[in-house]
Amino acid sequence: MKAPHVLEAQDVIAGYVSDLPILHGVSIHADAGEVVSIIGPNGAGKSTLVKAIAGLVRVSAGRVRLGGRDITGVAAHRLAAEGVGYVPQTGNVFATLTVRENLVMGGAALAKADALERIEEICAIYPILKDRMGDKAGSLSGGQRQILAVARALLTRPRLMLLDEPTASLSPMAAGELFAVVRGLAEDGAAVLMVEQNAKAALRVSERGYVLAEGQNRIEGPAADLLADEGIGEIFLGFRRESARMEDAG
Amino acid sequence: MILQHIADGILSGAIVGLGAIGLSFTMKMLRFANFSHSELLTWGAYSALVFVAFFSSLGGFFDQPIGPFSFGPGLLLAMLCACVATSIIALLLNRFVFERLSRTAGHMTMVFASFGVALILRHMVVLIWGSDPIYYSRELQFAILLPGNVRVMPDQVFLLGLTVVVVIALHLFMTRSRTGIAMRGVAESPDLARTSGVNVDRIITWVWVIGASGAAIGGVLYGMTVQLRPELGFSLILPLFAAAILGGTGSLYGAVLGGLIVGLSENLSVMIIPTTYKPAVPFLLILAILYFRPEGIFGERSR
Repeated sequence: MKAPHVLEAQDVIAGYVSDLPILHGVSIHADAGEVVSIIGPNGAGKSTLVKAIAGLVRVSAGRVRLGGRDITGVAAHRLAAEGVGYVPQTGNVFATLTVRENLVMGGAALAKADALERIEEICAIYPILKDRMGDKAGSLSGGQRQILAVARALLTRPRLMLLDEPTASLSPMAAGELFAVVRGLAEDGAAVLMVEQNAKAALRVSERGYVLAEGQNRIEGPAADLLADEGIGEIFLGFRRESARMEDAG
Repeated sequence: MILQHIADGILSGAIVGLGAIGLSFTMKMLRFANFSHSELLTWGAYSALVFVAFFSSLGGFFDQPIGPFSFGPGLLLAMLCACVATSIIALLLNRFVFERLSRTAGHMTMVFASFGVALILRHMVVLIWGSDPIYYSRELQFAILLPGNVRVMPDQVFLLGLTVVVVIALHLFMTRSRTGIAMRGVAESPDLARTSGVNVDRIITWVWVIGASGAAIGGVLYGMTVQLRPELGFSLILPLFAAAILGGTGSLYGAVLGGLIVGLSENLSVMIIPTTYKPAVPFLLILAILYFRPEGIFGERSR
């Protein structure tokens, strides 16, 4: 018998205001060890989908399952304990807390001793955090903040990691480093669901991808196929416009 | 003369600071101005009266004044019991009024509801205990003469000492305990706290308990050093808001420092303006801070 997907969202209808859904029956899945990108134009509902899975936006119809278990409507703090890590697009660290306190927050669902042990492990993976433990998170650079945000979400050893535009406002170098971190998460066995505006870069580090538009599934498939399909790029992602601009600039 | 005003300002500021801690936390974390918070000081003071009577009935030990103070162990125990009683009142108000309204109504509705709750709480005090001033103790106290010809009562020294102890205890709680750190995290971003695994409802319960306990201690100290009267909380409403806004909402140190600034300003103002205008000083402080630094002294500037 086939093992259930780590994440399976089926015909999800969700939105911020009742009777005004942003998502109109979106279905996706993600398995252990793979990075899945959600891409699409602005207003497609990508961030709403991730928030609905994380328990921050109410799902009015459809089901969300984690490892086969129905988690639709489960409170966000319980999902963290069940292994869902979430890194939002903006405000993804507690700027007024120190780096250590941010990590303590990430371990809220763990027993105190486990959380402290896990903080040590995380600091061994990301030594930059160990050097800045006593500093306010608000004083970190953009790249360091994203590392801290990912590290905070990693405290509970999530089986599903949700990343909402993790490279937004990062320099190309810092974005590259972050994509390497994302790959590392999948190689460690987590299922990674990533929303990205930089569709090309996201698909390059992904196994599969979904294109959303107007709150609905449009196209899905292996990331390499989506990257190669110029039609998809032109219609949904602005690949050609981007290339043309670069040529014009050149 | 000026030193005496400074001493009086610090003492009244300490009470305002204790009361403002809870107000500041609820403004930041629950995102509404709770005008009924000042009535928790009144209820803290009056509920302690019940427990004082109870401990007195147990025997003379509880009434026996400790050293130079006017009160015995009974009042200290009554203060702890008042913290519990006031916390229960605050949690009931949250459960049946504010939590429900927060789901269905806007923040302005909650503010107006808090006005209504304040009126009900104040008039319940009049109904139960009457409107005449009451004292915990009628023991005579002799003022201590400090350098600079400053006179303070032993109870006022206790007030200041207890305020310092409460602030240090809260500082340790907020910076060393996971619950305290989570409270600060929730104040900054409730959603990020939720997705980090923090049960925000449990943290909100802590906010009410800490706020109500601070109010109860402030109320008992006010009753101990001044007197108990039903308008106790109402008379402190502007100073409490001034302290919370001045210090920056959500800041423990801000609330205490704000309280001290308010207390000092009020007491020093009588040197240059008639005493009648003293209650206007907190209002002027609120206007000034909102004009020049709306986020308060310790508040984070919104980006």
